Amino acid sequence: MTRTLRDHGAGATDVDRNVIEVERLRRTYSGGFQAVNEISFTVGEGELFALLGTNGAGKTSTVEMLEGLARPSGGTVRVLGHDPYTERAEVRPRTGVMLQEGGFPSDLTVKETVRMWSGCTSGARPTGEALDLVGMGKRADVRVKQLSGGEKRRLDLALALLGRPEVLFLDEPTTGLDAEGRRDTWDLVRELRDGGTTVLLTTHYLEEAEGLADRLAIMHGGRIVVSGTPSEVTATRPARIRFRLPTGMEPGQLPLTLMAAADGRQIEIRTQHLQRDLAELLRWAEEFGVHLDKLDARSASLEEAFLDIAAQRTGATVPGAGTNTGGAFAA
Amino acid sequence: MSTAITQTVEESTEGPTTTRAGRLGALGRAEMTLLIRNRTMLFTALFMPLLLIASAKSFLQNVDLDGTGLSIMEIAMTGGIGMVLLLVVYMNLTSAYTARREELVLKRLRTGEASDAEILAGTALPAASLAVAQCVVLIVAGIALLDISAPQRPELLVLGVLVGIGLMATLAAASAAFTRTVESAQITILPMLLISSLGSGLFTPLETLPDKIASFCELLPMTGVVTLVRAGWLGGASGGDLAMAGLNALAWLVLSVFAVKLWFRWEPRR
Repeated sequence: MTRTLRDHGAGATDVDRNVIEVERLRRTYSGGFQAVNEISFTVGEGELFALLGTNGAGKTSTVEMLEGLARPSGGTVRVLGHDPYTERAEVRPRTGVMLQEGGFPSDLTVKETVRMWSGCTSGARPTGEALDLVGMGKRADVRVKQLSGGEKRRLDLALALLGRPEVLFLDEPTTGLDAEGRRDTWDLVRELRDGGTTVLLTTHYLEEAEGLADRLAIMHGGRIVVSGTPSEVTATRPARIRFRLPTGMEPGQLPLTLMAAADGRQIEIRTQHLQRDLAELLRWAEEFGVHLDKLDARSASLEEAFLDIAAQRTGATVPGAGTNTGGAFAA
Repeated sequence: MSTAITQTVEESTEGPTTTRAGRLGALGRAEMTLLIRNRTMLFTALFMPLLLIASAKSFLQNVDLDGTGLSIMEIAMTGGIGMVLLLVVYMNLTSAYTARREELVLKRLRTGEASDAEILAGTALPAASLAVAQCVVLIVAGIALLDISAPQRPELLVLGVLVGIGLMATLAAASAAFTRTVESAQITILPMLLISSLGSGLFTPLETLPDKIASFCELLPMTGVVTLVRAGWLGGASGGDLAMAGLNALAWLVLSVFAVKLWFRWEPRR
């Protein structure tokens, strides 16, 4: 996919008006398991916000409270200024929801399913239009149980978009889709965002968050560990240089300015100054006339940030961690 | 894959707003399609009541009905209405609510505009309509073919059938809370089916039972409904009996609504 990140401050994004406001939100299950632990964030009008995390990080538990399906154990949620759980009738006509797993009667056809939803959706698009949006127009007469996993996701998305919602909740919208279906969904979500729809999506695909999100938060163990724009989040990570130490050389012979760590003959250098340190390393190799086997230099990516966080226990300090890295985050 | 999706926010407030009737209709229509496609359920709903009335008739020939002042066919047909309520509404809906919950349909519906009560009522609509239609068939057949009188107090008959449908639907939702799969619904419905068909006077009028057992049976969930239906069609009930029956039906309706609020699950256990 093309990674054309939008200019965050401009266009449809209007961070002045918060569409979603979450404050010190908690969710504890009956067994005592704390799935969501005091998280706070806001999503501005027209913004696309991604909740990122491994399985079990608390993403779905969070989204279910935003959708008004579950009552928070503590803290507050406001969607379009209302409590989505207690003021359901105020919120529902203006939101569209795609759950992690679609729930449609397996013996209804695609068309019958959309018709049923139209009857429960204010300002519903015509059935044909809704199905064409997600490329399901030709599958209208197929029973839901005969759809592939990817087709079910598309149907689910069509229903989430049926009422032209102002706020869209997408819980892992591309899980189970093939590469093409994923790209189609991304295009569609981008187009909706450009049309002014506020979108909150959860995903464990990093390129999805990196490519789509205006801002994102990485959850781990029920907490938000890092948040901000994709570039802000990756900026908290060091770049990395790796290579195999040539035979006959010792780690001690490397330039002292490079913060090198050796694991046998495998050397890893972590740096905030990739270009400078890489040049230094190459000069050194040239000087000694050695070949750096398996040389690999890469700038920080969201993936690295993510894997770093996933590998750490909750509560460990991460450089730049905290909920205050994003512009509009509540402290 | 995307065309014509711009200007979303501006248009979202313009389209027609849904109404309660519209939402119920849409849910009911989908559920009706599902009922028609579920052959087993449809067959049970359509033919089981008739089958049971026929077998009740032969069973009643061995019961001493002197104390009741009713004929075999009068008991069989009014009991048949109770059987329709049990099989078409209670049994059918227990498995329908369970199936929709396990398929995550109920959870998905709750993300939309329909309220909880509307989702449950919409799902119950086809079964309720089918039950009303069958009751009409039974009453017409009873009058035209079996020499039973026209309903003596139609308002009581209608009240009995409607309260019965509401009670059976809420009891079905309550039973679904204790039913894990559609298959196990065949078992969780049995207690209600047994105590009602044996103890609520469907085919064995309470007058034919020993006093102590009869006064216990008066407390069972369906007894009030059956009494109202029988009094509405055949007449002959005293004011005290009717008050007792109404109280029984009302109490069970309140209890079952309370049970649904307390225990009904909108998504499968994890």
